[in-house]
Amino acid sequence: MATTETDLSAELQLADLLQRVEALEEKDGKRIEKKNKLTIIAWGGDLDRIWPTTILATTAAASGMESSVFFTFWGLFAIVKPDVRVTGSNWMQKMMSVMNPGSAQKAKLSRYQFAGAGPAMFKKLANDHQVAKPEELIQTATELGVRLIPCQMTMDLLGLKREDLLDGLEEPIGAATAIAEMRDAAVSLFI
Amino acid sequence: MDTTIITATVDAKGQSCPGPLVSLAKALKDARSGDRFELLATDPGSKSDVPSWAELSGNQLLESSEADGVYRYLVRKS
Repeated sequence: MATTETDLSAELQLADLLQRVEALEEKDGKRIEKKNKLTIIAWGGDLDRIWPTTILATTAAASGMESSVFFTFWGLFAIVKPDVRVTGSNWMQKMMSVMNPGSAQKAKLSRYQFAGAGPAMFKKLANDHQVAKPEELIQTATELGVRLIPCQMTMDLLGLKREDLLDGLEEPIGAATAIAEMRDAAVSLFI
Repeated sequence: MDTTIITATVDAKGQSCPGPLVSLAKALKDARSGDRFELLATDPGSKSDVPSWAELSGNQLLESSEADGVYRYLVRKS
């Protein structure tokens, strides 16, 4: 009799354990697998935003992480070719491109702009301290395999064409793909 | 194994963040596993950045020292 009771209790314990394992497995299946990856949404085109954006993206890639930057709104102007002056097909888009001269070289400071004196001083300091400029960091980023991705919708809105933007970028994507990029990234930032 | 063999020296003296790490990563890109690199930097930020980089990238930081304002790191590619 004693052995039957022991068997019964062991069986119950086993059933309980199996149930727990199943519950854990179900929970685990719903968990999102995060990659060793950094994704930045580059919204700001100001010098003091595009600079940290490019520093972090290149550093992540240099540390062996996957790294991608999604350029949207003002961030897009930082990846316009430096020789492209006026973009867009209507007066509003054209005005926007005049107000936001393309390329990271021409990025303005969000404060202390002083009609261009601010960025000039910043770059002088950066030169003295051998800090790479954003336009150089964009180049480095490409070399290190950082995926630079323009936002299709804002390109259309601002009248920016693929040929207005730097070479070596990924194909433009939409918000859902941007969210997919962020979803599996261990680190995602909005700058 | 002889621990004194260094594949190459990456001279990042004078460079600021993220210069030394970018230079190091570029040097390591085409290196073989086990290759040793010496990184020289003057950026004080490298004191915390190089160990962080090693942890993130999975490469080994074998030695770090400082002399006359120059930081020296010995890194092994894993």
